[in-house]
Amino acid sequence: MTNFDYALWIPLLPFLSFLILGLSANKIKARAAGLTGVLSLVLATALSLLLAWSYFGAHGGGHEQAYAALQPLKWVWLRFTDTLPFEMGILLDPLSVMMLVVVTLVSLMVHIYSLGYMKGERGFARYYAFLSLFTFAMLGLVLANNIFQTYFFWELVGVSSFLLIGFYYDRPSAVAAAKKAFIVTRFADLGFLIGILILSYYAGTFDFAQLNAPDGPVLSKDWAPVFGGHSLMFWALLLIFMGAAGKSAMFPLHIWLPDAMEGPTPVSALIHAATMVVAGVYLVARLFPVYELVDYGAALQVVAWVGAISALLAAIMAMVQMDIKRVLAYSTMSQIGYMMLALGVSDGGADALGYTASLFHLFTHAFFKSLLFLGAGMIIHALHTNDLREMGNLRKHLPWTHWTFLIACLAISGIPPFSGFFSKDEILAAARENHFWIFAIGYFVAGLTAFYMFRLYFTIFWGRERQYSHKPHEGGWNMKLPLAFLALITLVAGFIPFGEFVSADGLPHHSALDWKLAGSSIGIALIGILAAMYLYSEYKQLPSQIARSLGPLYRLVERKFYIDDIYAFVAKRIMIDTIGAGVAWFDRHIVDGTMNLIGRTTLRLSSAIKGVQSGQVQHYALAFLGGALALAVFFFFRS
Amino acid sequence: MDILTSLVVVPVLTVLALFFVKGLRQARAWAAIGTGIELLLAIWLTVWYLQLRGAGHTEEMLFMRDVLWFKSLNIHYAIGVDGISVALILLTAIVLFAGVFISWHMQELSKEFFISLIVLGTGVFGFFISLDLFTMFLFYELAVIPMYLLIGIWGTGPREYAAMKLTLMLMAGSAFLLVGILGLYFNSAPGGGQLTFNILEIARLDLPMNMQRFLFPLIFMGFGVLGALFPFHTWSPDGHASAPTAVSMLHAGVLMKLGGYGAFRVAMYLLPAAAAEMSWIFIILTAISVLYGAFGALRQTDLKYINAYSSVSHCGLVLFAVLMLNKTSFDGAVLQMLSHGLMTALFFALIGMLYERMHTRDIYKMGGLMKVLPVISSVYVIAGLASLGLPGLSGFVAEMTIFVGAFQHEDLFYRIAVIGSVSAIVVTAVYILRAVGIMLMGPLKNPAFADLPKAAWQERLGILLLLVPIAGMGLFPGWLSEMIMNSLDHIVAKF
Amino acid sequence: MIEGVSIQEIMAVSVILFFIGVYGFLTRRNLISILISLDLLLNAVALNMAAINRYLHPDNFQGHFFAVFIIAVAAAEVAVAIAIIVDLYRLIHSVDVEEVDKLKY
Repeated sequence: MTNFDYALWIPLLPFLSFLILGLSANKIKARAAGLTGVLSLVLATALSLLLAWSYFGAHGGGHEQAYAALQPLKWVWLRFTDTLPFEMGILLDPLSVMMLVVVTLVSLMVHIYSLGYMKGERGFARYYAFLSLFTFAMLGLVLANNIFQTYFFWELVGVSSFLLIGFYYDRPSAVAAAKKAFIVTRFADLGFLIGILILSYYAGTFDFAQLNAPDGPVLSKDWAPVFGGHSLMFWALLLIFMGAAGKSAMFPLHIWLPDAMEGPTPVSALIHAATMVVAGVYLVARLFPVYELVDYGAALQVVAWVGAISALLAAIMAMVQMDIKRVLAYSTMSQIGYMMLALGVSDGGADALGYTASLFHLFTHAFFKSLLFLGAGMIIHALHTNDLREMGNLRKHLPWTHWTFLIACLAISGIPPFSGFFSKDEILAAARENHFWIFAIGYFVAGLTAFYMFRLYFTIFWGRERQYSHKPHEGGWNMKLPLAFLALITLVAGFIPFGEFVSADGLPHHSALDWKLAGSSIGIALIGILAAMYLYSEYKQLPSQIARSLGPLYRLVERKFYIDDIYAFVAKRIMIDTIGAGVAWFDRHIVDGTMNLIGRTTLRLSSAIKGVQSGQVQHYALAFLGGALALAVFFFFRS
Repeated sequence: MDILTSLVVVPVLTVLALFFVKGLRQARAWAAIGTGIELLLAIWLTVWYLQLRGAGHTEEMLFMRDVLWFKSLNIHYAIGVDGISVALILLTAIVLFAGVFISWHMQELSKEFFISLIVLGTGVFGFFISLDLFTMFLFYELAVIPMYLLIGIWGTGPREYAAMKLTLMLMAGSAFLLVGILGLYFNSAPGGGQLTFNILEIARLDLPMNMQRFLFPLIFMGFGVLGALFPFHTWSPDGHASAPTAVSMLHAGVLMKLGGYGAFRVAMYLLPAAAAEMSWIFIILTAISVLYGAFGALRQTDLKYINAYSSVSHCGLVLFAVLMLNKTSFDGAVLQMLSHGLMTALFFALIGMLYERMHTRDIYKMGGLMKVLPVISSVYVIAGLASLGLPGLSGFVAEMTIFVGAFQHEDLFYRIAVIGSVSAIVVTAVYILRAVGIMLMGPLKNPAFADLPKAAWQERLGILLLLVPIAGMGLFPGWLSEMIMNSLDHIVAKF
Repeated sequence: MIEGVSIQEIMAVSVILFFIGVYGFLTRRNLISILISLDLLLNAVALNMAAINRYLHPDNFQGHFFAVFIIAVAAAEVAVAIAIIVDLYRLIHSVDVEEVDKLKY
């Protein structure tokens, strides 16, 4: 057995870089800061590729045995109780090794890209420090061997996301977006935490291996329904999924993701496209056996529907956005909806096709979506605007961006031979076996995806030439190289026999394309693309006419189904203005008022009787005399 | 002289020395030296304690010493420490030392200020080492009384009102407490013989149930007032808002811990049966404290009020955990005391620095300070993140220990109460981020604040003294938790 | 023992004297008059002491001692009181007892 102890260094290297950059604060030179960040990531990436190579390679040719789940390192970090220790450990199984590769590769690309993109920005070192912190947290999350460790890093990625969204802290919109992202995910994490508490109380362990074991404390028992016709385990899983949905921007907790685009674009590529937002998918996949078996997969049904609804809503909202990054954000949400949907439909079947499909899509999506974001970053870098209405005919000015962007658009639309086609097709195949309506939604969304992506593509790279204040030009090699690399992966990733490596039961699976289904999904994608081409490849009045004719429906979508407004209402009007102000008032007036009342009553009482002490000696003497006489009378008559 | 006594003697000597010095420079130098020695002693004590435990000393208390000082009532100067008191002594020493640096420019009556501050510290140290209820009470009062002077003389705003309110409410609590202590005393010799104030001896008794039922609420509430138990917490916002910086630090950071420690060491330890029976009442009150404090902080505009309500919430969690009656939640309670002590002291120190520069604490009058005061602002963000429970900082460790521990309670009611108070973490995030967002981020609001003086060396030192333990505790909580856990066996055995 | 005078008569005198003193103490406004009334009180008591001792416990001397004590105390008291009154007069140019009410709530 190969020694995998060095896996510890994969998260530790970015952490070291964070410490160095964080402690040296603004004293370090921008060049040195960038180099520190990139170097640590290069090493970490090399290590994780090596690890993946030896992990999957160690398996040898024997294809019928499952990949072993290894725990090379594990130590007690904090002992809650003797049976429930909070451990820090490393868990290596196909899922985490795959994620390791994704996270380090994308992170490395973003680190390199940022050298160019963030050049000359104030707080360059701070930016790299946060980026390293995020990478550390994400890698820790991926490698976690128990659910509490997951929660630990889960919060940490949340905070680094907050810090990075709010990187331009003097911009009020960025601050608001950062706050929103943190608070919404925090709210979701509340569910996660309660879910962990319930799960660990009944299972008596945090450890993934024990939770997922068929003869473990969770799966070996038959949980009686207690509430709403479902068992406690179901509710715990649902709460955990709430955390996952918050992080992965699933409906109805998705509202933070579009606003999170206020952060620097490479950050969006790393955190809000490729890595952090898929943590929810990762979490559900991590606990997949539990989700699958408790209450006969009732929780998975919820996951599937939430995924499907999110995919649909996000795709609809993406069609009307005018901000390039927001379109991509909604598209991310939609694609993650696909992954959730795929996880959700993968119960029942023995080979759990959806599980593999979901993670395959996670894998391919990470690369083409970060490619899209980095491309968008290139455009924003060149034009200094996010607004689609100020773009057009850029294919001449930005050839590199144009070609890589096109590749990514084709991939996400599901056109072969680009990677997205393969993964999306597997998802649809899995959904078709399971549930008709979910399949129908997935199929429909595939068309929408193609449409809005090519709306983006045609508006930016074709259409009218605009008046640019200066001639747009592309960034340097450090920005082009990541684009090229990611485009390359997007081209070839579809041919990776993913099922050989990652599957629900750890056994290698071969998946064959169902060309009938594939053909029809290519068909709907092409329809979407052609529609977008017709509407947007040249400047026309038609799109705005359509929008006008739809009237209230269009407005509904444009206002994001009023979900944001409902949240704002609940948070601001109810939480802060009603409860918060109410409590403050209650405290000042009722509770404190009671205390002051006691004080004032004492004072008033004393002022009422203080007249007795008049200062007149003769009054005192009279009282004294009266007292003496009264005593005399009392004792006289008593005897 | 043993090490525990020197913990009390060193501050007393410092106070004596301070009587003979003149001017701010000398006063602060002597105060720094005295509290510095105290900090070294506390660290030495911790190391020594761990060594003794490591060497296999399993007694309940270490460094015990017993001197009879009032024969007719059998009052002893009985001292001794376990892991819990050692941890809290360390906390006190850190906060006190940092507090001296934060008050580096206390112009007005500086000598008297440092004297009162250190007298307060003496009381706290004495309280944590005492094993005799009466001596403990004596030190408790010694810690509370200087508060009146410190707020009344050196405070800001409606300071007389705040000082009076604080003192009166705490005194009312002490009155409850005294009745409770005397009740314990007069029941301490059921078979006749010598009455005693000694905690360890009383703990060995099995007090009659009806007596426990009577005494437990008295003592718990008596300490609860200092621990900001709802609805006896209202001294806290006013008191903290009016107190000078170092006093707020000490008060919220250390003095409120006397409440938690006392409730734990006296009420829970000596009256376990009543505690188990009546805990549900106080669980409700403390759960209210936790949520109520958090919601109360949502709309405040004064930084100190935000922090005071947040203290109500966090200290409510301490008492909440104490009432959960199992080892993990007790451990969590102590960790939360340490964590909150460090965090809130850091907060108040930062607020004091901001106030010194801007002469306002209204968050709406600030804005965009991150650019102007990078060090102070960044540390404020870190403190805020610690307060809302960011992993890797102390708050996470404490809160998670409490939640996991408390959730192990067999009774469903308690677990539901836990879920209720877990919800406060969201509200905490909201009020912390709100303050940070309005005050530190965004464009600079007031051009008059464009070039405020940067953090001076003594301010940086004060911050560092508090920040390092916060991070240390958050990253390596294991040894601290073990040290506390080891001391809990005797106490848990009573339930 | 005084021939022909019964203890009742002496005590009656003493009671009358005492209540004259009480009346004077309560009604006079001049501090000097109050002081005089006070002395009447003391002397009534002293008379009582002496008489009771003489008539009821002729073998003992405590009553006499007390009477002497009272005389001594009265002398001291007068000295102190007069001093206070004189000082007071210097301060507020009045010896009216109703004007001396500074010592109140």
